[in-house]
Amino acid sequence: MTSRDNMSEEHLPQAPGPHGGAVAAHDDPFADPGLPPHEHRRTDIDERAAARAERQVARWFILSMLATVGFIASYVAIKPSNGDGTTGVIYVFMLGHVSALNLALGMTLGISLFAIGAGAVHWARTLMSDEEHIAERHPIESTPEVRAQVFADFRQGAAESGFGRRKMIRNTMIGAMAMLPLSALVLFRDLGPLPEKKLDSTDWAAGKLLMNMNTNTPLKPSDIQVGSLTFAMPPGLNPDDPNADPTFQEVIATSALMLVRMQPGDIKDKQSADWGYEGVLAFSKICTHVGCPISLYEQQTHHVLCPCHQSTFDLSDGGRVIFGPAGHPLPQLRISVNSDGYFEALGDFSVPVGPGFWERSA
Amino acid sequence: MKKLSARRRHPLAALVVLLFALATTGGLYAAFAPTSSAQADTGQSLAVEQGKKLFQVGCSSCHGLEGQGTKDGPTLVGVGGAAVDFQVGTGRMPAQQPGPQVESKPVIYSQAEIDQLAAFVSTLGAGPSIPSADQYDASAGNVAAGGELFRTNCAQCHNFAGSGGALSEGKYAPPLDGVSAKHIYEAMLTGPQNMPSFPMSTLPQQQKQDIIAYVQHTTSQASNPNYGGLSLGSLGPVTEGLFGWIFALGALIGIAIWIAARTPKAKKS
Repeated sequence: MTSRDNMSEEHLPQAPGPHGGAVAAHDDPFADPGLPPHEHRRTDIDERAAARAERQVARWFILSMLATVGFIASYVAIKPSNGDGTTGVIYVFMLGHVSALNLALGMTLGISLFAIGAGAVHWARTLMSDEEHIAERHPIESTPEVRAQVFADFRQGAAESGFGRRKMIRNTMIGAMAMLPLSALVLFRDLGPLPEKKLDSTDWAAGKLLMNMNTNTPLKPSDIQVGSLTFAMPPGLNPDDPNADPTFQEVIATSALMLVRMQPGDIKDKQSADWGYEGVLAFSKICTHVGCPISLYEQQTHHVLCPCHQSTFDLSDGGRVIFGPAGHPLPQLRISVNSDGYFEALGDFSVPVGPGFWERSA
Repeated sequence: MKKLSARRRHPLAALVVLLFALATTGGLYAAFAPTSSAQADTGQSLAVEQGKKLFQVGCSSCHGLEGQGTKDGPTLVGVGGAAVDFQVGTGRMPAQQPGPQVESKPVIYSQAEIDQLAAFVSTLGAGPSIPSADQYDASAGNVAAGGELFRTNCAQCHNFAGSGGALSEGKYAPPLDGVSAKHIYEAMLTGPQNMPSFPMSTLPQQQKQDIIAYVQHTTSQASNPNYGGLSLGSLGPVTEGLFGWIFALGALIGIAIWIAARTPKAKKS
């Protein structure tokens, strides 16, 4: 038996009786049993245990100080890792190759924050008072006298202000307050113009060439092999110029195309085959669910999978939805070949690309 | 000693019988399964003749004696030598069992045998041939340009860090770390299995080299260490969310329980 457990009777305080509502009648099964008697912690009654707990709390706080010093020291002493990873990178089990500076800063800052919290919690658990207190509920309603006084004051005030008698003041005041929110309403105009018909159309138009996204050169039928996947965009875009008008991002967000080629016999949808050129089909790259770019094309099944919500479209069947939450088939662009032998669009998409919206016509 | 039959109603008896049956079946399969140990005569014989012999032993059961294809395997007319070098050189072919996707396995043919197979398949019909070393030379590629091309053409399936990803119905895009430059080049050229091809006409050789340079830079721990610490496979929100919910939230719950736990009370001795 350790000295910690050896506590003689005289060291213990008087066992307090039950607090709160005392048991009134033994035959009442729902009587309030009150709080159980308060039990003292070791640190409440043993000065040496309390001193030990105090030292433990202080050790947490000192650890926090040391970690803060360590943070500053590592910031000063450790070199940041350079771009090619030849310096400042160390191998740590489970973490792999990591930047030594990042690891040291994160660890020290984490320890200094955690130690403050742990010290505070340990302090509260061992040394701060843990006596139970009861705060009795009281009725929320005021006393009848106070209520009567308040109502009387209100009626007297209403009568003295003449609110009910001077109708012109009352009506103009109501009018002024009703008008006030209009000023907030006009400010919504700053959110920008309404989309109007902009969501219905893309940059594609009759005669526009299909440009290879990789090389920015016009595509011709012999470029597209069966089983290949090619991304196309309208002509006249410069991906590297953010100040161009319209910018690359604005156009590509609606007009991105993927070109696939199938054996003509594999195309199940007659109209889809007619809209292509010798088995080359041009589909929108924007998912019709919430507009993620989709191009996870499986060349053997002709399925396109959207990585966001697993909508799957069958490109051999007019872009039909075969799985997932998308509500519309993938729009197809009508293409042909111009007199120079290059692919050209025969117009815009026949339906709006991308997800549904309020004003969507089709 | 008790007779064995006396224990046949033991609760674990069924398990023992099952394990025994599995071990027997597996052992017999391993003993009698056809092993593709055909040795190539590396002498002066025509590579095509040797390749044809190898083909008839190892490939014709699915692809047909003349590579015309059967119901078990596609035709190889016109796939070219590059497709053979990729499929056999990464161990995907010969396929072990049918399934949504044929997986990469230890390579069982020597490079000389693969070259002979490729030479034979090339005679079946014109197709992309095995690239030469200077064609897939990654040192001629631009990592930054390759990154842009990778994000446009490849990242949708293979993930921004080349970690691969799931496709529909059990198919998946494999991770790209450790894939040789030649096999990356051949995969882009030929479009193995469900991967679409990116032929020279739409993705020229220089851009293929850029992509190879980017993939090798990104997937190598030496050139691209985890600056942020635990990468969790670079798989994005799935692993990060799982880690956060289980470990981070678990730690917070543990701390909350510790804060509110009953402190030790003084006991009367």
